[in-house]
Amino acid sequence: MERVLIVGGGVGGTIVANLLSRKLKREIDSGQASVTLVDALGNHVYQPGFMYITFGSEREEKLQRPERSLLDQRVELVVGRATRIDEAARTVELDSGASLGYDHLVLATGCRIVPDEIEHFNEEAHHFYTADAARALRKALDAFTGGQIVIGIAGMPYKCPPAPLEVSFLIEAELRRRGLRDKSTVHFCSPIGRAFTIESVSDMATPVLEEKGIELHTFFNVETIDASRKVVQSLEGEELPYDLLVLVPPHRGAQLVIDSGLAPAQGGWLPTDPHTLLVGDRPNVYALGDATNLPLSKAGSTAHFEAPIVAERVAAAVQGREPHAKHGNYTGRVMCFFEIGDGKGTLLRFDYDHPPRPPRPNRVWHLGKVLFNKAYWHTVPRGRV
Amino acid sequence: MTLTHGTIEGTPARVIDARGSFCPGPLMELIRAIREAQVGELIVVQSSDRGSRVDIPKWVEKAGHRLAGIEQGDGFDMIYVEKLH
Repeated sequence: MERVLIVGGGVGGTIVANLLSRKLKREIDSGQASVTLVDALGNHVYQPGFMYITFGSEREEKLQRPERSLLDQRVELVVGRATRIDEAARTVELDSGASLGYDHLVLATGCRIVPDEIEHFNEEAHHFYTADAARALRKALDAFTGGQIVIGIAGMPYKCPPAPLEVSFLIEAELRRRGLRDKSTVHFCSPIGRAFTIESVSDMATPVLEEKGIELHTFFNVETIDASRKVVQSLEGEELPYDLLVLVPPHRGAQLVIDSGLAPAQGGWLPTDPHTLLVGDRPNVYALGDATNLPLSKAGSTAHFEAPIVAERVAAAVQGREPHAKHGNYTGRVMCFFEIGDGKGTLLRFDYDHPPRPPRPNRVWHLGKVLFNKAYWHTVPRGRV
Repeated sequence: MTLTHGTIEGTPARVIDARGSFCPGPLMELIRAIREAQVGELIVVQSSDRGSRVDIPKWVEKAGHRLAGIEQGDGFDMIYVEKLH
């Protein structure tokens, strides 16, 4: 019996499980292989929707579904928190004391936010990386009557790289709608020397920032928050006063992979081969999605396009064949929508060798994002697209 | 190694191997090292991303540290930075 164990029921883990259930149908049905997914909560959460709790009256309950309802019946679901990976014994231990064995391990363990790493973050700063935080930001915006809004990034890498720019655009558009724009200044702080990491996207976004009158501050790496003076300070020695502070919190890899020694470098990201998605020099451990150290967006889209490669390579290993040359080789493909505000959006599509060439922002790509959010449950987790 | 900029004196206390990492990876690695380093410490970043030759000196100037020099290696640059404060 070849045992495949997937840790994490997010986008990547769920798609890998469902694709494997199809690729290994014969082996599972004949008892030669098993596919098990272990998830801490047993709930699949559509995290890109959190931003729409703030900006689109989205409701939290619509952003989650039981993981079981998304998995093929051939996949066994175990609900429990994985606490340690024992590579020598090829087991994953759970907080219940149970232990799950594996021959092939897929780490779709995602990442976590650590706002506590910056003093006063929790009292002073808003964000949109949880449903609660997104609701709190909505309340803060409702109460805002004008002043300084500072949007910044308190650590890289972080989930959904375009999100802070999108939030800046959406806040600016809302202020105009509410007649507060003249009484407000919107600041966008980038940790690097331009508005966005990818140059072509930065070239697209910078004129939009200028057009909307959003002040761009480059090389502003958030270091401290002075709560008494209501200013945010950068490592580079600058400070900005704020009435409303919106910061991307620092992110880290899952505690499980740090504690188990699989992600020894700072940050807790799994050292992952950019093409095979194998972890380090291990022949049977894969990583995908936010958990990796790959120089790509930490986003569901990345996991979505990595999942078929992991599924192909695991299926090939179980079936004792070579992985398909093309379908078992990740090329860095990512595709995601980018909100500009005022009902407009654009599309980012790229891979390791081809940077994105975002089309001129228009209504079509905004509607594309709205439709994608609605169609997500019926398509992506099941591996249909 | 070919020195293309500056004069490098002393031995770097920290070597950051950011080869294979893309912008802004090498810069972020440098920022992390600067946070941990002592004042006066010399740090070298090895980067194969050509953008680092531009991004890192710009950041060093803005942050008030000193660009001690840039050496060109075989397919990568070595960018030396001294922490000043």
